[in-house]
Amino acid sequence: MTINHSGKAVIAGIGSTKFGGLPGRTTVSMNVEAIRKALKDAGIEKDAVDALFVKCPTSKFELMYGQKVAEAIALQPKIGGVWDSGGSSNVMMIATAVMAIEAGQCDIAVVTFADNPKTGSAASYNRPRGDDALYGWFATLSSYAMIARRHMGQLGTPREALGAVAVAARKHGAENPNAQLRKALTLDEYMGLPMMVAPFCRDDCTLVSDGAAAVVVMSARRASELGVKQPVPILGFGFGQTSWEVAQRPDMTSTQAKIAAETAFRMAGLKPKDMDVAQIYDCFTITALMTLEDYGFAKKGQIADFVKGGNIEIGGELPMNTSGGLLSETGMPGMQLVQEGVRQMRGDATLQVKNAKHCIISNQGGVMHTHATLILGQ
Amino acid sequence: MNAPATAKTPEKKPDTTLPGPEITPATQPYWDALREGRLTYQHCHHCKNNWLPARGECPKCLEADWSWQPASGKARLISWVVFHRAFHPAFADRLPYNVAVVELAEGPRMITNVIIDDPETLVIDQPLTFVPAQEQGYGIARFKPA
Repeated sequence: MTINHSGKAVIAGIGSTKFGGLPGRTTVSMNVEAIRKALKDAGIEKDAVDALFVKCPTSKFELMYGQKVAEAIALQPKIGGVWDSGGSSNVMMIATAVMAIEAGQCDIAVVTFADNPKTGSAASYNRPRGDDALYGWFATLSSYAMIARRHMGQLGTPREALGAVAVAARKHGAENPNAQLRKALTLDEYMGLPMMVAPFCRDDCTLVSDGAAAVVVMSARRASELGVKQPVPILGFGFGQTSWEVAQRPDMTSTQAKIAAETAFRMAGLKPKDMDVAQIYDCFTITALMTLEDYGFAKKGQIADFVKGGNIEIGGELPMNTSGGLLSETGMPGMQLVQEGVRQMRGDATLQVKNAKHCIISNQGGVMHTHATLILGQ
Repeated sequence: MNAPATAKTPEKKPDTTLPGPEITPATQPYWDALREGRLTYQHCHHCKNNWLPARGECPKCLEADWSWQPASGKARLISWVVFHRAFHPAFADRLPYNVAVVELAEGPRMITNVIIDDPETLVIDQPLTFVPAQEQGYGIARFKPA
């Protein structure tokens, strides 16, 4: 028997640190600040929390990191720990919290993430891949560039389509007072940038950022009992894992994001055309294009037509990454997208999409190895 | 560099030693063969699957009943990138250089370099041929247009 959890749980509060460079702060300290702000936003006391899900910092793996964060907030959760599926972890943990709450294992969960690769070490992004350093196979961005080249060659995707993702993110980020990079970019400027790892230039690539963000998850009933002011219902979620390393992947131009979205849409009883706004993981421009395809917003190979002419910008058919995404707001892996989704559903985003009723959010990890989809409503 | 030009400190050269492959009992025959200029892959006797990189068990049927087979050297180009920035000092004076994914005629896919003057003239799916090469004392497999 399948139980449909759609709408039974809510995101009750969100909180984050500043984004950019935060010298001298430990990741535990940043987590505490984000949690403090998320609890205040939800209007609940810390002692009401009985579950703590943490994504370990990408730049430095630490054993039992979840317990370090729990100790720093003097919490003894029923359920807690670290989930590692890379950048899909945050949505994965939010959904896990919903399932744990529905199963009666906990009541109120905090999901949190912090990292400091900007003032700390960004080495994990630039390391050699597998055993192939002898071939010069370095850096995370190169694997995404490899996928982008295949997409361009196999499906005829022009660089202008990659550029449209960067232009939209930078346009929206320029309007966001909290964004790390507030500098709009034109398509002409993008097309004129020198190659870094072709077919990528610098502006195809995520920012490297310090910062933390946390959310509070509880049942809709509990939120009502506690008088939470702006609970945002979780309507759907789904997951899919491609797993193969890029070189081993039999099909380089589609991922299990398709399965993740199908599961989330089915749970929510909604379709792509019902989405009013999207927060799509844009660690690299190709990631957002392929996610939109796999989610069903455009047919494979026709994504260039979908993203051109401002269609994914505010005022377009599907405004995307309305606070700037990983390319402009912060390079944080995914939680900022959830937070902007919450603001859009509350109706208090800086670049608010008028009458937005449904928001789809993607998180993904590795090099499109793992995927998680979240649909929020009102 | 903010140091005054008169400073006598000798310039420290960055270490250009690349991290070598992690050689295990399972991968040793692959690297030994490449050192002799031969490209090999693993073949499962149980389900007939062919694969690289070297593993202890067939990823398709999970059996450990396999052997090394010589590759024909025929391959096709799946994709490639061109590095204009060095992420390791060993590649600082080789820019720009390409890294490619190729699919061997027998099925396995691998990371390689394509020997070509202008990598931007390459075409997705074009046929390639194996060229044995050496890097830092290891045998490696490069490819050239067929």
